[in-house]
Amino acid sequence: MSQFAQVLLSGLSTGSIYALAAIGFTLIWQAAQTVNFAQGEFVMLPAFFVLVAINFLGMPLWLALLFGLLMAVLVLGLLFKKLIVEPMLPKTGLPLIIATMALSILLKESVKEFYGAEAQPFPDILPQQTMNLAGAVISVQDILNLVISITAVVALTLFLNRTITGRSMQATAQNPAVATILGIDTKRMVLYTFLINAGLAALASFLISPLYLAKFSNGETLGVVAFIAAIVGGFNQIRGAIAGGLLIGVLDNLTATYITAEYRAALPLVLLILIILWRPQGLLGTDEGRQV
Amino acid sequence: MRFSLKHLLLLVGLGVLVVAPLGQGNYIVYMLCSWLIFSIAAMGLNLTLGYAGQISLAQASFMAIGAYTTALLTLAGWHWVVAMPIGLVLCFVVGLALGFPALRVRGHFLAFVTLAFNTLVFLVARNEDWLTGGTYGKFGMPRPDFGIVSTDSQLNFYYFTLIVFVIAAALMWGIVRSPWGRAFRALRENPIRAESLGIDTRRLTLLAFAIGSVYGGLAGSLVSPLVQFIEPGSFAVIHSLRILLMVVVGGAGFFYGPMLGAAVVILLPEVLRFTEGYYLILYATLVIVLMVFCPSGLIGVGSRIRDKLWSRTRDRGDLKQGAQL
Repeated sequence: MSQFAQVLLSGLSTGSIYALAAIGFTLIWQAAQTVNFAQGEFVMLPAFFVLVAINFLGMPLWLALLFGLLMAVLVLGLLFKKLIVEPMLPKTGLPLIIATMALSILLKESVKEFYGAEAQPFPDILPQQTMNLAGAVISVQDILNLVISITAVVALTLFLNRTITGRSMQATAQNPAVATILGIDTKRMVLYTFLINAGLAALASFLISPLYLAKFSNGETLGVVAFIAAIVGGFNQIRGAIAGGLLIGVLDNLTATYITAEYRAALPLVLLILIILWRPQGLLGTDEGRQV
Repeated sequence: MRFSLKHLLLLVGLGVLVVAPLGQGNYIVYMLCSWLIFSIAAMGLNLTLGYAGQISLAQASFMAIGAYTTALLTLAGWHWVVAMPIGLVLCFVVGLALGFPALRVRGHFLAFVTLAFNTLVFLVARNEDWLTGGTYGKFGMPRPDFGIVSTDSQLNFYYFTLIVFVIAAALMWGIVRSPWGRAFRALRENPIRAESLGIDTRRLTLLAFAIGSVYGGLAGSLVSPLVQFIEPGSFAVIHSLRILLMVVVGGAGFFYGPMLGAAVVILLPEVLRFTEGYYLILYATLVIVLMVFCPSGLIGVGSRIRDKLWSRTRDRGDLKQGAQL
């Protein structure tokens, strides 16, 4: 039982980090109707900005984190939007997907070439103690990861639902033409979406890198898992992405512990296929309707 | 049939392919072989994606099915000519099965299902040691021996691959020109209208997947005697993405698109190799630039320039080449 609680908690903890990346997927999907295949690399890269700040610019940890966040928002948000996505709008589709695939190679290889191919230790941001709770050893880091991710998501949801900017962003996502007629600067709203995505990716990066070390190839698995989480939960819903992320995190840990470690990666995929066939709109998603 | 410039160009192209490996080192001949093989795989995906408009990210898994079937049977002493068709039949059946999700979902969701399928095939190949040799893979597959000629030398194997490639390309040319080919394009342009015109979209979608998969399997069955070593890593999702890259970079929905795309994806990194570690960085940048400025691929660049110089009548959607995906 105590083992089950531990597995469950660490599953929720990594799952909540997956959820942050998955929300980015759904945001980009809503803003540009495209799937960002470089999302995993978006989570990998900010950790390296922080490492550069610490090791080469001699910044203290808190400043380095801030620097990493700013760089992420600038490079993965602003530049990605301006240089790659914007020239291709409004016709997106497959070419944009291919461009993001190429971008993922570009980011991965650049980190490998300019920083290093080995896994880099990442400073611990959160306390490393463990607590003993009714026989179960519970890591404080896991709990804090969960708390921070949930707080970020709640803050994002409040922003999107309660502020004028947030509601304008939602309107833009639902119907850009009508949003423009209503006087919303849709281009700016789409840009905000990309900036928020970059910020979430940076947060996910800072939380997951102390657990898995920072490595140029980290994005490969992270991207796929975040992807699956977004699909399982429902691609057009933020709460769907959270549910999907947590579900994948927990299932992944439970399978690895209790069923099979070899086919650990297969379970989310089987789940994905079943869910797409049974409920293409995702567990919590709403139907998008087909276009003729 | 009138002998035109097109036929002349085709003959010149074939001539170049025959002469290309002469006097070259083993490595260059090997690269040319793998270009031909990946062209076959990309041709199959081009049918599924470029002509029928069904996105599939599982082409590498069909290469895996073809490669492992051929490897296991040839290692058991069967001749390649017997082993290959069995692999193809297997690919046809699995491709048909993979087509079923496409009846329910389209676009990005289909991409995810096929992506997941590819990963599952990879995991099975890695974990079922008794059948596939696990991470160590299978090695020492004999190259086909045709009595008078053996394909053991790299050059002979190149010509063998070239013959298979030409046959596959000719068949594809036939398929694309047939009523099926027209129906595939109708399915891509507007599935609902295609159905209202009496096209059995259900059967066509499945067929598009199955035929595309058979081409993947054929490529796989050539990979195993070429490399004489196969392991799960050669058929991972990244390779499906590479094949997709070939189709889109070359020009999806154009007959020669996949061959051009395969040349770019396979040979360009070799050309850029002098830049050492930076070659993948340069390569990725080039792809991004191409996609941003010319989403219809390299052939699209050519036809765009041609349209600028010689004005011509506009083609109907289901008649024109090239897909707007």
